[in-house]
Amino acid sequence: MFRRLHEPDGQSVSIDFEGEIINVAAGETVAAAVLAAGAEHSRTTPVTGATRLPFCMMGACFDCLMEIDGIPNRQACMVRVENGMKVRRQEGKRRLEA
Amino acid sequence: MFGAAVAYGLARDGVSTIMLDGADGSLRAARGNFGLVWVQSKGLGLQRYADWSRESAHLWEDFAADLRDSAGIDVNHQNGGGLNLLLSDEERENYRRNIDIMRQQAGADGYDCEIIERDEIQKMVPGLRVGEGVAGGSFGPHDGHVNPLKMLRALHRGFTQLSGRYFPCNEVNHISHDGGVFVAKSAGNRFTAPKIVLACGHGITKLAPMVGLNTPIRPQRGQVLVTERIEATVEMALGSIRQTDEGGFMFGNSEEETGFDDGTTLPVTRNIAARAVKAFPQLENVRLVRNWGCIRVLTPDKCAIYDESETMPGAYVATSHSGVTLGAVNARHISRWVSTGDTPPNFDQFSARRFDVPATA
Amino acid sequence: MSDTVDFLIIGGGPAGLAAATLADELGLSTLVLDEQSEPGGQIYRGIETVHPKTLSLLGEDYGQGAEIAQAFRKSGAAYKPDASVWRVDEDGMVAYSHNGKGATAKGRRLLIATGAMERPVPIPGWTLPGVMTAGGAQVLLKSAGVVPSGRVVVAGCGPLALLVTQQLVTAGVNVAALLETTRIGDYFSAARHLPKALRARNYLSKGMKMRRSIRAAGVAIHSGVEKLAAIGDNRVQSVSFQSGGSQSEIPVDSLLLHFGVAPNTQITRQVGCDHEWYEAQRYWRPIRNEWGATNCDAIAVAGDGGGIDGAVAAALTGRLAALDAAHRHGVIDSVERDRRATPIRAELGIHSAIRPLLDALFTPPRDICAPKDNETIVCRCEEVSVSDLREAITLGAMGPNQLKSFTRCGMGPCQGRMCGLTVAELIAEANGEPVENVGYYRIRPPIKPVTLGELASMSD
Ligand SMILES: Cc1cc2nc3c(=O)[nH]c(=O)nc-3n(C[C@H](O)[C@H](O)[C@H](O)COP(=O)(O)OP(=O)(O)OC[C@H]3O[C@@H](n4cnc5c(N)ncnc54)[C@H](O)[C@@H]3O)c2cc1C
Ligand code: FES
Repeated sequence: MFRRLHEPDGQSVSIDFEGEIINVAAGETVAAAVLAAGAEHSRTTPVTGATRLPFCMMGACFDCLMEIDGIPNRQACMVRVENGMKVRRQEGKRRLEA
Repeated sequence: MFGAAVAYGLARDGVSTIMLDGADGSLRAARGNFGLVWVQSKGLGLQRYADWSRESAHLWEDFAADLRDSAGIDVNHQNGGGLNLLLSDEERENYRRNIDIMRQQAGADGYDCEIIERDEIQKMVPGLRVGEGVAGGSFGPHDGHVNPLKMLRALHRGFTQLSGRYFPCNEVNHISHDGGVFVAKSAGNRFTAPKIVLACGHGITKLAPMVGLNTPIRPQRGQVLVTERIEATVEMALGSIRQTDEGGFMFGNSEEETGFDDGTTLPVTRNIAARAVKAFPQLENVRLVRNWGCIRVLTPDKCAIYDESETMPGAYVATSHSGVTLGAVNARHISRWVSTGDTPPNFDQFSARRFDVPATA
Repeated sequence: MSDTVDFLIIGGGPAGLAAATLADELGLSTLVLDEQSEPGGQIYRGIETVHPKTLSLLGEDYGQGAEIAQAFRKSGAAYKPDASVWRVDEDGMVAYSHNGKGATAKGRRLLIATGAMERPVPIPGWTLPGVMTAGGAQVLLKSAGVVPSGRVVVAGCGPLALLVTQQLVTAGVNVAALLETTRIGDYFSAARHLPKALRARNYLSKGMKMRRSIRAAGVAIHSGVEKLAAIGDNRVQSVSFQSGGSQSEIPVDSLLLHFGVAPNTQITRQVGCDHEWYEAQRYWRPIRNEWGATNCDAIAVAGDGGGIDGAVAAALTGRLAALDAAHRHGVIDSVERDRRATPIRAELGIHSAIRPLLDALFTPPRDICAPKDNETIVCRCEEVSVSDLREAITLGAMGPNQLKSFTRCGMGPCQGRMCGLTVAELIAEANGEPVENVGYYRIRPPIKPVTLGELASMSD
């Protein structure tokens, strides 16, 4: 659904998105990286399980919630990618860590 | 919550009823409360109130079924007992002393609440790791909880479907008694009825004297925190940490003498959060999404006041903290009292006359 | 321990940056908190890091942001990025999260410069993946050089809809259509605002030029569009609409929506500023005096957070607030303050002259403000639909707060940002009263979710 205008050049980092290693541009947000990777959805809602993707990209709508480095419900449009970051979809309500 | 429950009960009994209510921004304990049906700490100093709370808890199951029938809303009532966490030896000791006093006061009626140890607590809340800092808990078998917002909505929907008429945005500012009927005036309207019930929380202070009643109540603030939704982990009703059926955890209740200021403060919020994390360390990275202050309606002994005016019979007052707990008795007994005059046993103990200081000692 | 400064600013967009630069120059100790990682705010997002190839697509207005950001960087004002403010107290105390830790800062004077957000657009299907705000698509372009692939339709009204369409077209995106809710006739009725200023004329001709170049690039432009709906199962597959009496449906991979912007009033509401309803653009804005000061003694508002006036005006109102802060701190007297304010106000006057034109041209349509279709979701977080709200209104929920208790609308993590305006409009419509009588949600902290651990470990 989205594509990059130019491939991440010199300063690319790699993140793990749902078990797949993808190359993304340093400094961009997790939401941008996940969209550019062609994700069909980034979360399902806790109420009806509907699929969603980031909507506003500016921290207002909370539709970009994802599990980032083990921490659930983070706003992917407000978090920058870091090398080795683990990103997963937020499926419904979050769980507590053991 | 008091008014809605009584009005619902009246409509249920086929009494033609009008419910007058304030505007959107009014102080509403019913909108901010915790959702506990709570018996274990109730009635210190007034055994009749302890019994009343317990009776209501027992009636709650029927009441919930009734609401489901008339409003089609499941208020998610749970009555598996309630647990109050004690986070220090001092808290534990104080609570133990309270239990002794309550037990003495109850005498033959009995008082069912006991202190339990951490490992027993852990068994009651298998989904969450109980923190090292938990010094014990008090378990009350009659306690439970409901979803308070669903309860409020069910009362309203049920009331309307039972032909009750609801008039929001009609804050009553004057009541008079004229030829056997009461006339209640709001800014734009005038309503008449042979009987009138004041169940308007803090609004009572102004209105009660107009019908010849004295109802001493004061405000007390409770701050409440609620978190993002989490997969169900705790079913048990907990005293100040509760998981709602939607998944959010609620924490509270502070007791602050800050008048009618229903704001929030950072230090109090922080302490509530610290207690939550101390009780259940796994909650540490859980996000708080809302935080509010809610104004309790407290009588001098924290027990309910139910009164009928002596000078203007047909005017009643019904108020207390704990509108959720008392929802069932309010909808059943209080509405009956208002429509037929039948009172439950020893009902006069709820009169505000209990606060009248004798002229000479 | 919290930092105390003379002038604390929330928001590092043009308003906050300009205010900070001037305040520092006037000798006030100044700190800017912003939840983004670099200065620029929404409009100049990515201004310091934008890829040169992307920069050339964005146009000269965007390039202007670099100047403001550089001046700010050169100043001695302190800057804390990645600081997300979640609570403000009336005395100028601010609580925020930074790198997963809770912290506080206090301003003897506090400037709220948190800007605007795009108006929520409750059309059928707006929650489907593939539907995004046009502003969101622009953020993706500016900050990451990422654009929608496949067929794209932009729908709505307002200058940003045009601008984004043009930027995407320039970037080689396949924009199939621009669906404007503005009618051709609206352009004529707007024209009567023209004599007010020459700049307005430039503005309008710039807009017309943009429309022409978009059309020349092969984008179909439909005007007077109504009954927009996004259609699809697990993602948007087409957009349907009416225009000129006929019904159409266009297959799409991405639908970008934009119906103007509205002040982000979460903080000003939470702290207790008084607000007023601005009928022309149907939004709330905090009530401010000519320096941006609010009814809260220590607090001023600058930029779009006080009313939508654009980036240039935002920087100007930021400067006015800085002058007033310096005056209140006794650094300059009122004569000096007013003297320095004169040229700023003159410039502001020129910029504000185009407001009536834009307001007339880009009024958000009725069925966007108060959606008709019962199935349409109003609250994206709690998934509350128009019919849920209508039922609660009939039960007697007379205001947004009671409605929230009845339906959970506005109780999710976005704290009502996405549904607050719609809810008030729906109540107003149902009860036949003006929106300003209906009011708004009582906004409580935290205005951004904060973890219990962060909160618990905060010091006094
Ligand atoms: C922090 C907190 C936690 C709580 N937790 C629990 C709990 O766990 N369990 C429990 O049982 N109870 C709890 N409660 C108490 C419960 O919410 C209240 O007991 C209940 O809502 C009180 O009902 P009320 O009708 O007296 O007041 P409210 O629910 O506040 O209702 C008063 C109503 O009267 C209207 N009104 C006021 N003046 C006028 C006027 N002049 N004319 C017309 N209308 C008027 C107002 O608009 C309002 O709708 C809690 C309360 C607080 C503050
Ligand atoms: S996309 Fe809206 S908050 Fe992240």
